[in-house]
Amino acid sequence: MRKVLSAACLGAMATFVVGVAYANEELIKMSQNPKDWVQPAGDYANTRYSKLNQINASNVGKLQVAWTFSTGVLRGHEGGPLVIGNMMYVHTPFPNKVYALDLSQDNKIVWKYEPKQDPNVIPVMCCDTVNRGVAYGDGKIFLHQADTTLVALDAKTGQVQWSVKNGDPGKGATGTSSPLVVKDKVLIGISGGEFGVQCHVTAYDLKSGKQVWRAFSEGPDDQIMVDPVKTTELGKPVGKDSSIKTWQGDQWKIGGGCTWGWLSYDPSLNMVYYGSGNPSTWNPKQRPGDNKWSMTVFARNPDTGMANWVYQMTPHDEWDYDGVNEMILSDQNVNGQERKLLTHFDRNGLAYTMDRATGELLVAEKYDPKVNWTTGVDMNKSSPTYGRPKVVDQYSTEKGGEDKNTKGICPAALGTKDQQPAAYSPDTQLFYVPTNHVCMDYEPFKVSYTAGQPYVGATLSMYPPQGETHMGNFIAWDNKTGKIVWSNKEPFSVWSGALATAGGVVFYGTLEGYLKAVDAKTGKELYKFKTPSGIIGNVNTYEQGGRQYVAVLSGVGGWAGIGLAAGLTDPTAGLGAVGGYAALSNYTALGGTLTVFALPQ
Amino acid sequence: MRKIWLIAATLTLVAPGTIAFAADDAAAVKTEDGKYFDKEGNPTYKVGADGTVDWYTYSGYRRYHSECHVCHGPDGMGSTYAPALQDSLKTMSYGDFVSVVASGRQSGNSVMPALGDNPNVACYMDDLYVYLRARAHDAVGRVRPAKKEDKPEAYTETEKSCMGAK
Repeated sequence: MRKVLSAACLGAMATFVVGVAYANEELIKMSQNPKDWVQPAGDYANTRYSKLNQINASNVGKLQVAWTFSTGVLRGHEGGPLVIGNMMYVHTPFPNKVYALDLSQDNKIVWKYEPKQDPNVIPVMCCDTVNRGVAYGDGKIFLHQADTTLVALDAKTGQVQWSVKNGDPGKGATGTSSPLVVKDKVLIGISGGEFGVQCHVTAYDLKSGKQVWRAFSEGPDDQIMVDPVKTTELGKPVGKDSSIKTWQGDQWKIGGGCTWGWLSYDPSLNMVYYGSGNPSTWNPKQRPGDNKWSMTVFARNPDTGMANWVYQMTPHDEWDYDGVNEMILSDQNVNGQERKLLTHFDRNGLAYTMDRATGELLVAEKYDPKVNWTTGVDMNKSSPTYGRPKVVDQYSTEKGGEDKNTKGICPAALGTKDQQPAAYSPDTQLFYVPTNHVCMDYEPFKVSYTAGQPYVGATLSMYPPQGETHMGNFIAWDNKTGKIVWSNKEPFSVWSGALATAGGVVFYGTLEGYLKAVDAKTGKELYKFKTPSGIIGNVNTYEQGGRQYVAVLSGVGGWAGIGLAAGLTDPTAGLGAVGGYAALSNYTALGGTLTVFALPQ
Repeated sequence: MRKIWLIAATLTLVAPGTIAFAADDAAAVKTEDGKYFDKEGNPTYKVGADGTVDWYTYSGYRRYHSECHVCHGPDGMGSTYAPALQDSLKTMSYGDFVSVVASGRQSGNSVMPALGDNPNVACYMDDLYVYLRARAHDAVGRVRPAKKEDKPEAYTETEKSCMGAK
């Protein structure tokens, strides 16, 4: 009997394995076709690079608007559309509509999906009702709704195949992030760091929507799916109870560590990568300890969920420097050796270059010279504080303590970069990074936890660095040396995802609404066009009917829409910032529009 | 002179047909344990000649920028999706303010959550009202109040029992 059963199991296993190979290879193959844009970041490696070169540095100046599409939604539009063959899939913020457009038939709407969601989820979302886009796999479009429902739609018809609830908005959990399809699973994170959610990444079966594994950011070893012996940090086993021993009491149960950023995947190593966010509350005094594994880079096995390695960038956060920004995977030659690298631009103002196979830390440098909370990361392997950032007392809100306003901390809580993803060009071996150039005062104080209610515990005010008036930079970064190659000033934070292309052109959007094209080598501005609203979406490119297009969603909002819509603190009364900068509302207004560009025919 | 200016300001602020809780009504006529009241007996702000604000205004500034600003914008200035409370409080009564904060309200996809069960808000209702009232009347500017009156002893005790209850 037992034997028969095993044989049946083996049969099932065989089918399973075939299914695995198919879904995986389908996506890899599709993402190698530069005419499509099948994943939110273009590819599994999150490079946001396209081999298309019809639009190049010498002709991009002639770019024109080819067509536009209104989403009918006014709030902040993050993310960007997918393009698969003739079809384009456009998503919106709450109510999270999805439109399927036929690019071969004058961009006609083939189907539209609009979920019914309880609007009470809206105020539970920390920073506008954004959504960072849909994912594709196995003939389905996956949408992560605001109310945390993960829904699988038939890519051809928009019919719901299955849906599953990933969290409880009544307790402050919401959905803003984009899913990642890996093998026979779809992986998804969750938001709610300002509501004391114990956050996690969860894998659901691609076919049925059944939960396969869930790995929390903090908690006992079985909950965080960490092996005390096999999971390493900087080459050493993390040991037993690596998370809960760094929290006081049960604080980890409302510990945040949310996973609302981007996921990437290396098929050759079979590892997925993502970062966890701030520990809850923002008042560091209420959560003594390192608060592991908040603010952490995770490498996990997508089949089992188990962590291969971890690295906590900001132990015991005191500034809300979420570690959720994307992990960009590149294969580069470092000192004569081919290395599999992971590059990450953290909210804390440091850019990390790591070996993505082992989790070895290679480079950790400031990518904005104004970053002042740390003097840098201890890179001495024999030091007891190896891998930890050295915190400057003057800017430590923990040292300052409750009810004390710590002034002049750079970067501000929105980080030197937030979720807006950078791009990597293998041609130049440079990273193109949209950044914020903003500092803050931060005053922590005691707060009380109520399920489903904001759990913040700090007051902050933000302003440009002393003596400067611009609040953003668009930079080119060398991840091997940890140096800025060129930097373009922007009046406002650059809150748009970049695109690098084989045409030697890099694209990004600005909060005033400009789509800009710059020379990949020099940063020289080659083209700009003002779209109907401020851009917090990510630029992409595709080819249709032999013509290359560049597309971007505009629609101002998000965190940028909160702080910047009214303008930041009056600079004349602030920290001595020179001159003034007008409010963003003087430049742009609300409105969700997709603008698509091409060269004239 | 000052009085004339205030009346003029009142006239511009009040929309036709609305019941006015006008700027001159915000003047503090009474104080009790560091808390100021207007002639109607509603909590109000007090800003000294040198810019020193009462404790409630200062505390309200702090709590506002923890609990409210992610939707309502810095300094009560509003955001791309929630109203500017520095404007709302020009016409909204104390009673309406407390009721909306505690019970919430909804108009289509525009949702104000009920915060009555949240001690970080509920224990500081008057602080928030006083601060926003001061912003509405332009009695305090867009920045953190530089000077403040000391935290009243009675306040500390009330705060402890309110926050400790949860």
